[in-house]
Amino acid sequence: MTYLADVGALARKDLLLELRSRDTLPAMILFVVSTLVVFNFSLPAETGDLAAYGLLWVAIVFTAILGLTRAFAAEREQRVLDGLVLAPCDRSAIWLGKGISVVAFLALAEVVALPAFGLFFEPVTWELVAAVALADIGLAAVGTLLAAMAAASRARELLLPLLFLPLVIPVVVGGVGASIADDPGRYLGFLGLYDLIFAILSWASFEYVVTE
Amino acid sequence: MALIAARGLGRSFGTKRVLRDLDLDVAERELVLVTGPNGSGKSTLLALCAGLLAPTAGELDVAVDRGRIGYLAHEPLVYRELTALENLDLYGRLYRVPERRERIGMLFERFGLWEARRTPVASFSRGMQQRLALCRTLLHDPALLLLDEPYAGLDEAGGELLDAELAGLAGRRTLLLATHDPGRVGRLATGRLALA
Amino acid sequence: MSTSLPNNRTAALAAAAFVLLLGGVALAFYWVPNAPLEGFRQRIFYIHVPVALTAYACFGWAAWKALRLLSTRDQRYDLESYTAVHMGVIFGILTLVTGSIWARTSWGVWWSWGERQLVLFLVLFLFYSAYFMLRYSVEPGPRRASMSAVYALFGVVLIPVSFLAIRLAEGLIHPVVFDRDIGSNLAGSQLLTFVVCLAGTLALAASLYGNELTGKRIDERLRELREALE
Repeated sequence: MTYLADVGALARKDLLLELRSRDTLPAMILFVVSTLVVFNFSLPAETGDLAAYGLLWVAIVFTAILGLTRAFAAEREQRVLDGLVLAPCDRSAIWLGKGISVVAFLALAEVVALPAFGLFFEPVTWELVAAVALADIGLAAVGTLLAAMAAASRARELLLPLLFLPLVIPVVVGGVGASIADDPGRYLGFLGLYDLIFAILSWASFEYVVTE
Repeated sequence: MALIAARGLGRSFGTKRVLRDLDLDVAERELVLVTGPNGSGKSTLLALCAGLLAPTAGELDVAVDRGRIGYLAHEPLVYRELTALENLDLYGRLYRVPERRERIGMLFERFGLWEARRTPVASFSRGMQQRLALCRTLLHDPALLLLDEPYAGLDEAGGELLDAELAGLAGRRTLLLATHDPGRVGRLATGRLALA
Repeated sequence: MSTSLPNNRTAALAAAAFVLLLGGVALAFYWVPNAPLEGFRQRIFYIHVPVALTAYACFGWAAWKALRLLSTRDQRYDLESYTAVHMGVIFGILTLVTGSIWARTSWGVWWSWGERQLVLFLVLFLFYSAYFMLRYSVEPGPRRASMSAVYALFGVVLIPVSFLAIRLAEGLIHPVVFDRDIGSNLAGSQLLTFVVCLAGTLALAASLYGNELTGKRIDERLRELREALE
């Protein structure tokens, strides 16, 4: 199927770009670890152990914002996005290819962040890992679309967090719930539902964000 | 049969109106020169025909599929961190160019980029970037070519290569060419459009 | 483009809104009997809930217009969608204010994270405020219209998803200490009062919408004429 081939070519291009420039991923990793260290100083002694899980999810969301701010940087600087949009491939393939690379970067950052979290604060459970995996999909789906919007605006880096944060509150709820609740399955299911709804919506509407 | 038909075409950016009430007919295999001073809307017109912009007034009909339009913009529309080969390989895949490798090789040789094909575009000079942009535009053998100042940045040798290329395309493909220097391509033109 | 016909309709709506709201508030404060548990202060329910429902209706209307814009690419729908979002935000703020007053009179606090509607409207307020930031930072044109439309669609999908999230969050974060007799089984006089108030707020929203839309269209027309003269 040419659609998947397009997506593959685009995702490969994004990963290759990051491999060459090596600016986004190291920054994300350093950011998330620094944030975890800051948490140590920001959590008062008496707060329960569970508070750390909440802060972890805040760290993940802001690390995602950091990565997403750079997501369309190359396309925006040289207006390459015009070249991609003109191609006969489906525009949603651009979203999917870029989204895959965002998930990859988030996952790589979390490969460092989760063990660090386990070391500094609380144990990392399987439910937490599953929640993080599901959350990555939702964050990337919505974030990639919003990043394209922000890239077309004058405000750019300022705009993305404003658009992003209200939309991902449900992800935070799902993630924290899966981390600490007695029945994490409910929250994992909710994350899956969020992913499904917003991935479909983002996939279908990306075309309208990058064309006129 | 008109390949491009515009009636009362207008385009504004916010409150600034760049194109106003434009009528245009471009038939197949014509070569139309678009001339005019800076800010007269040449680039805007080409972007409209390419489908990157939508008209804010009037109508525009381009009877060519997206995949058969070749658009040369001011920017080369390539990734600076990737090599020339990687860039064209990506576009070749997206445009479903048959025998992609051979076609890219042929274009690189024709435009003198073969030696530099594995170097990142960031290290290219302006002239080389323009040649690469031309390769990108011609890669999928488009039926309609929209060229915005194709000679910009080219040295003498590059200019001559482009002359030869355009001479070969004239009469076989449809071209809309925006230029400051109409003299160079003048003899090939079948029509002119002067924007105020 | 004639502006007189919409004005007639808008004027009629405004008159209807005035009558309905006046009547509704009168009914709510003088006629309807006291709620069994809460007493007199429960009466703000008759304003708070209709205002909230009207806000939802505005956001839904905005999403519908957004969908029309995306499917027809007719720029006319951009202003309609934008105005509807504007109305939605106004009624959203009213929801937050009336909800806060209700919380204050019920429990003595101006805010409660356990109050689902309040929290939902806070999230929506943030979301639709970002809508305006988006519009301000993109040049007016077809691109801004498409992006705003997509965002408005996301908003309307966010409403149920957020509501579900807030319900799920209640088990985790703040205990639901307060309970309230919402009166889900509205009967007789209560139902009548509620419906009158709801009709009033909807009529108010519709008349404000029509008014603002007409004003914006006139601005647009004025701009076009000015440009044509240049």
